[in-house]
Amino acid sequence: MATTGIDGFGSDATLDRKRLYGRVFVGLCFLSTLFGVAALLLLVGDVIYESWGWLDLTFLTHPPSWFPENYVDGRGAGIYPALIGSLFLIVLTAVFTIFLGVGAAIYLEEYAPDTRVTRFIEANIANLAGVPSIVYGLLGLALFVRAAGLGSVLLAGALTLTLLILPIVIVAAQEAVRAVPDSQRRAAYGVGATKWEVTRDVVLPSAMPGIMTGTILALARAIGETAPLIMIGAATTMFAPPRLSPGALFEPFGAMPMQIFEWASQPQAEFQHIAAAGSVVLLTVLLLMNATAIYIRNRYDR
Amino acid sequence: MSLDDTPTTDAESMTTTPTVTTTDDHSGTGETIIESRDIDVYYGDTQALDGISMEIPEQQVTALIGPSGCGKSTFLRSINRMNDLIDTARVEGEILLRGKNIYDDDVDPVALRRAVGMVFQEPNPFPKSIYDNVAYGLRVQGKDDNLDEKVEDALRRAAIWDEVGDQLDSSGLDLSGGQQQRLCIARAIAPDPEVILMDEPASALDPVATSQIEDLIEDLASEFTVVIVTHNMQQAARISDKTAVFLTGGELVEFGDTNRIFENPNSQRVEDYITGKFG
Repeated sequence: MATTGIDGFGSDATLDRKRLYGRVFVGLCFLSTLFGVAALLLLVGDVIYESWGWLDLTFLTHPPSWFPENYVDGRGAGIYPALIGSLFLIVLTAVFTIFLGVGAAIYLEEYAPDTRVTRFIEANIANLAGVPSIVYGLLGLALFVRAAGLGSVLLAGALTLTLLILPIVIVAAQEAVRAVPDSQRRAAYGVGATKWEVTRDVVLPSAMPGIMTGTILALARAIGETAPLIMIGAATTMFAPPRLSPGALFEPFGAMPMQIFEWASQPQAEFQHIAAAGSVVLLTVLLLMNATAIYIRNRYDR
Repeated sequence: MSLDDTPTTDAESMTTTPTVTTTDDHSGTGETIIESRDIDVYYGDTQALDGISMEIPEQQVTALIGPSGCGKSTFLRSINRMNDLIDTARVEGEILLRGKNIYDDDVDPVALRRAVGMVFQEPNPFPKSIYDNVAYGLRVQGKDDNLDEKVEDALRRAAIWDEVGDQLDSSGLDLSGGQQQRLCIARAIAPDPEVILMDEPASALDPVATSQIEDLIEDLASEFTVVIVTHNMQQAARISDKTAVFLTGGELVEFGDTNRIFENPNSQRVEDYITGKFG
């Protein structure tokens, strides 16, 4: 019988070297992670530092001013019209994308025959998600502002942003619909449900959290977009928020990224701080949206 | 009866279920309710079933047994046209349900599935409350009068009321595997179908839950015609009145009374399979 005993399992040089490689690799992975996190913290820290002393509640509730001294000591100048403009814009965009995105995803996943045409369309929706936002701006300008004759109004802005994020929302919704187990569909068919009932009662409710998460994340991207808004001619500075009436759809509008861009282009040094204060507001809205998406995802994750 | 575009109210008249039946004796009426005539099923170019002809008796348990890939589940799914949901599947031949060919052009598969319910291999309750799970079939079939009563009745008949009767609002997914499967059986029987198809309903369950399901199936045969696929031969021998043995190649090798099939099969291949020489 061969000798057994702990002596036979001692460490050797080869094993030690392999472990060293492993540790180096982990170290590199950690540094990669650190780089992203550090860059983000630096960015957020810098913006908050720059805005310190310029951001208070009156900043949120007052229209902008051309004079930097009006932004301090609660004298009443701020981002209010652009903040409300952005919220209007994003709510409208959300309504359009949810209907169009969910409709397209349901059709492609549940109804479309698996043909070459369908696959071609699906592949191109994924490609559209990578098209630069300025190109969507040009499209929005040609299609909504000029051809449809809307002008540079809130509706044109919302429709342009809808085009921009629709591919992302469709792909996310398709994935959510595909993730609904077939056993659930069979269960409903088995008790005599029609295809429409299976889709309405089983597929949509199960896919909804995934659809909402994907949509909110896409909207969070849209709310920070500047290039397409510049292309379609959104106002850089608005002194009054959009009215709470259907007529507002056909009136000029402002948005936070446009206002921040405008502040940052001003010659007076103080406006850099005001732009930073606007950025903090924009980032806060963005983080709130992402937090909502994460909350929805966790809540429905079983 | 008619299966053609049956309005929901007419579906009620399809049921022949006696309202109260307590007898455990399920010799049934013995009359043929389902007659399969020369059924071939293809998945694309692959033939899964080859000329299946058999007569399934009313209010009895008919077991379909055979090795994996023999086509027994495919045959089960062709009885309520669930194969229609598979794009590549093609069915040739006739299956008569009370004399009506369910593959006729004027048969609506949705109306057919209201008369022929199904329980699946993996328990698949909806992520809804226990109550809504059982009520779902009743609601889509427009039989949602006296809903509370019907839900309770279905849960009782599925032998799970005693365990869940006081928590109808909790999620069906919070139940154990065996309870989930009995919940799915309650969901299938709630709208009172004539036939219940079961595709290996106990294969994902532990022995205790399996034995509960088996007892339940024997009880169900007093009201329903049950067709069950299983690859557990002891299970087929215990609970079924008739047994059909499918063997590789998608053919039905032997069909007859369960006792005779297990004690004295005609076919040497069936005997080899049953005694465990292959499969």
